[in-house]
Amino acid sequence: MNPLTLLAQLGRMVLVTLAEVGRASIFAWSAITHIFRPPYYPRELAISLLQIGWLSLPVVGMTAIFTGGALALQIYSGGARFDAEAVVPQIVAIGIVRELGPVLVGLMIAARVTSSIAAEIATMKVTEQIDALVTLSTNPMQYLVAPRVLAALITVPLLVGIGDIIGIAGGYTVSVQSLGFNSATYLKNTVDFLEPLDIISSLVKGTVFGGISAVMGCYFGMNSGRGAQGVGRATKGSVEAAAVLILAANFLLTGVFFSV
Amino acid sequence: MIQLENVQKAFGNNRVLRGMTLEIKSGTSMVIIGGSGTGKSVALKCILGLIQPDSGKILVDGKDASTGDRDAFLAKFGMLFQGGALFDSLPVWQNVAFRLLRGSLKRPQAEAREIAIEKLRRVGLKAEVADLFPAELSGGMQKRVGLARAIAADPEIIFFDEPTTGLDPIMAGVINELIREIVVEMGATAMTITHDMTSVRAIADNIAMLHDGVIQWTGPVSKMDDSGDPYLDQFINGRAEGPIEAVR
Repeated sequence: MNPLTLLAQLGRMVLVTLAEVGRASIFAWSAITHIFRPPYYPRELAISLLQIGWLSLPVVGMTAIFTGGALALQIYSGGARFDAEAVVPQIVAIGIVRELGPVLVGLMIAARVTSSIAAEIATMKVTEQIDALVTLSTNPMQYLVAPRVLAALITVPLLVGIGDIIGIAGGYTVSVQSLGFNSATYLKNTVDFLEPLDIISSLVKGTVFGGISAVMGCYFGMNSGRGAQGVGRATKGSVEAAAVLILAANFLLTGVFFSV
Repeated sequence: MIQLENVQKAFGNNRVLRGMTLEIKSGTSMVIIGGSGTGKSVALKCILGLIQPDSGKILVDGKDASTGDRDAFLAKFGMLFQGGALFDSLPVWQNVAFRLLRGSLKRPQAEAREIAIEKLRRVGLKAEVADLFPAELSGGMQKRVGLARAIAADPEIIFFDEPTTGLDPIMAGVINELIREIVVEMGATAMTITHDMTSVRAIADNIAMLHDGVIQWTGPVSKMDDSGDPYLDQFINGRAEGPIEAVR
């Protein structure tokens, strides 16, 4: 292949990607500003709080408890190589709160919530329900997007906090029940070792990841193509974009909070 | 009155509307006919502002549709969508009373529900339907609910997008009759898009044929059969031979 053709194709891909990033950024800004603009839709917000927050609790809890338990086992067996088994409580706490809690909850929310938002809004688009909203003098950004984004901004950090506690509890259970740790010492070490910044970073990450998840779901849903294929593409694209953005944002936020 | 003056709209290289000019007088029922993909729905969406035309003017009651208070503008309209476009997550009565439960036309919930049930009765549905969800209704019932929603706020202008598509002939006849009755009773201006010639004869005061992005012929429905226009003749008689290519 002609190198110039290859270069042109590469250039086109970059331009298309940049244009998409630009559109998504404008959409995200618009979504956030619509949260503060009346009219407000409390019923839609309540439904979103329930869907995104409450109904995500089981999956978040299960993810956290197994991760916490597995982490304790890994640290114990890994630490045994250099006689550092005793650090299990500290490393489980720091690993869960700073990193695994927010990231895994974020990814679970991307899988559960982003896909559901994208599929629902995309179906509304292909069945002309979004057009119907407009003709009924209702702004879809205010009625559909703002409540979902606000609900995610409120509930995902809470889910992260709960996930952190359950994850630590998972590590505690495995350590006390299987690895012979003393219960009181384990808890004391966990509490003493964690710093406020660890918890703050966890909750900030949760807020950002929640925003990313909801905005990506809404963006891909609102820009869905026609038919079942369009809905499928929107759903797939939303989860891919949300997952990648969550991991990228996690890297950046970790740098901001903990770079030495 | 709705006026479209030289309205043009293209999607990429596809020039859908190439200078559409049309006038719909207040209180009359205009039916726009034309082959699939000729831009009938695009024209309708341009009037509502769901799609921005590339050029040309759209006036509603003499005022430019693209300027002014959007809420007040949309409050004049009711629309029946082709597939109903009912909101799956809301029960039937909340679909019908959607506009009455929020925004500038907001009423107390009990009153909105009462109006919704009255509108459902007007389109031949029982009050028990009010608490069902759209997925629990047949296609004909969904159309009726869509019609009830379109007339819920007593709009001045009602748009009907393919109102009988997908319905059996009897149900199509029922919907046609309802549309005619409601439009006459409310004194509303109606604009309907359809391929169904039975609908055209039942609903229309005037018809306009859209072909190649422009209005090919317009006039009263009574003159449709003797128009002398080869395009209109071919279309209303459903002939494969004629100036309109059968394979587009």
